[in-house]
Amino acid sequence: MNKKKLLGTPYFIWSVVFIIIPLCMVFYYGFTDKSGAFTLENIIAISTPEHVKALYLALGLSLISTLICLVLAYPLAMILCGLNVNQHSFIVLIFILPMWMNFLLRTLAWQTLLEKTGVINNILSFLHLPALTIINTPYAIVLGMVYNFLPFMVLPIYNSLVKIDPNVINAARDLGANGLQVFAKVTLPLTLPGIISGITMVFIPALTTFVISKLLGGSKILLIGNVVEEEFTQAGNWHLGSGLSIVLMLFIIVNMVISSIFDKDGEGSVL
Amino acid sequence: MNKILIDLKNISKSFDGQMVLDDLNLYIRENEFLTLLGPSGCGKTTTLRILGGFESPDTGSVIFDGSDITKLPPNKRQLNTVFQKYALFTHMTIAENIAFGLKIKNKSKTYINDKIKYALKLVNLEGFENRMPDSLSGGQQQRIAIARAIVNEPKVLLLDEPLGALDLKLRQDMQYELIRLKNELGITFIYVTHDQEEALTMSDTIVVMNQGYIQQIGTPEKIYNEPENAFVADFIGDSNIISSTMIEDKLVEILGTRFPCVDTGFGCNKPVDVVIRPEDVILSSPAKGKMTGTVTHLIFKGVHYEMEVTAAGYEWLVHSTGMFPVGTEVGIDVDPFNIQIMNKPASEDEEAVGVNE
Repeated sequence: MNKKKLLGTPYFIWSVVFIIIPLCMVFYYGFTDKSGAFTLENIIAISTPEHVKALYLALGLSLISTLICLVLAYPLAMILCGLNVNQHSFIVLIFILPMWMNFLLRTLAWQTLLEKTGVINNILSFLHLPALTIINTPYAIVLGMVYNFLPFMVLPIYNSLVKIDPNVINAARDLGANGLQVFAKVTLPLTLPGIISGITMVFIPALTTFVISKLLGGSKILLIGNVVEEEFTQAGNWHLGSGLSIVLMLFIIVNMVISSIFDKDGEGSVL
Repeated sequence: MNKILIDLKNISKSFDGQMVLDDLNLYIRENEFLTLLGPSGCGKTTTLRILGGFESPDTGSVIFDGSDITKLPPNKRQLNTVFQKYALFTHMTIAENIAFGLKIKNKSKTYINDKIKYALKLVNLEGFENRMPDSLSGGQQQRIAIARAIVNEPKVLLLDEPLGALDLKLRQDMQYELIRLKNELGITFIYVTHDQEEALTMSDTIVVMNQGYIQQIGTPEKIYNEPENAFVADFIGDSNIISSTMIEDKLVEILGTRFPCVDTGFGCNKPVDVVIRPEDVILSSPAKGKMTGTVTHLIFKGVHYEMEVTAAGYEWLVHSTGMFPVGTEVGIDVDPFNIQIMNKPASEDEEAVGVNE
């Protein structure tokens, strides 16, 4: 074993213990029943109405969240790109600042803000406006997803934008393209890898989340992540939980394959 | 003489309080190969960007073919730019790159295809239609950038140090290529470079710039042989610039020795700067020269020897095909027509101030 490989040993041990072995266990539980015999039942269980509903809801909400993130992030990334160094680091700072706070804490903060008697409704009633019911609705979940995952959309798009040589944009204008044409024919295609990375990095965690839906969706709205979680923690059915996880993993793998086709330069690898 | 196509009038431009161009006046004739030459930061690229529409001047106006285009955006201007480092669209094939401008102008498919073929033939890259820019060498990419610009049939082609990223051999080949292209297309080329050899080889007219001012405008021969000030003399090739005194018309005293020259009108006993090109210094036996000196350095350069000769307290730079070993006593002489007399700058400030005509 050469020296470089030797340096990789700690991580190798780490990944075996905490990634490869657990993954094998998930596959073992997913494809066996309680007696330990091979079965596809846990995989097929995804087609029961309640699981399909949870999966569709999770897909729907994470797609909407991803779309909102994209619409918010692209213009922001473009603005960041156009700023000088000083303004730039200030905006990045206020943008990154919430990310340093714990994810759970931030989601809990939203719970407090959105509650029936929470901060937002207090302000609304002070202004004699009707109270809003946001908490425990799909809107709250989407809000939580967008809030938590937005940075993961901005950064890869920003990275692919700063890589564009300003003269490439100038060349397009020089050849007669107006602002819209420059964007559609040059900027957008050149940032496609960043967009795809961003979509992957928002869509996958949103699809599999159970914390956001639990804290902001109440116990009524079940996403597929919540179903898996409940199988492990409450129902104690590790076989079914693993089976459903494997189904979810398929979605993730499909998404990653798509993104690796587009993201040849590894825009997403910064995170 | 062809008619004037572009007229830059009283152009000034500063960035963050730093003056980059100060009251620049310049006209460019139709079908001219004009080179803006100067060290980095002299304002040459800014001038080109103002022409292309990527910067707008603080004051002054850009007249193109009789109409004021100062405020016109780049996509509305009848000129195209070849950028430093090519700036090709890496997500498009070579054919799509070349077709970019034509597609925006909604030209027909057959017209576009003909143009792509014609342009690729012109830059000697036939059959490259479906390649991607990344798979091409630097020289090939640069030629595609030129092809992409010329298919739009611009009246003027702006070239921003297009050969800067290429190696020496390729650069020389591309210089001939550019001259050929210019002659075949019959359009105006405005070329920016800091490479004096490139400027001398290709240009009809050279504009030497420094610190935002034009130092001299002229043909390559004129710029080289008759530099108007010490900056131009120093920037264009090697030279001996010696502080001297003009005794009277056609007689100059250099380092205590009187040399006949051909310049007149500088007055009597007037301090001047004298430029003598290294290849114009004639070395001979001590008895034959006007002054004597000692060879202190000798380097073989291929075509000639480069020597340094100390004479009268000055280190003369000499290029000669004849070789004199280090330590040899030599005589120095200069033919009268090879002595170029220049007025001394009156002050530090004036050193930069240009000769605008």
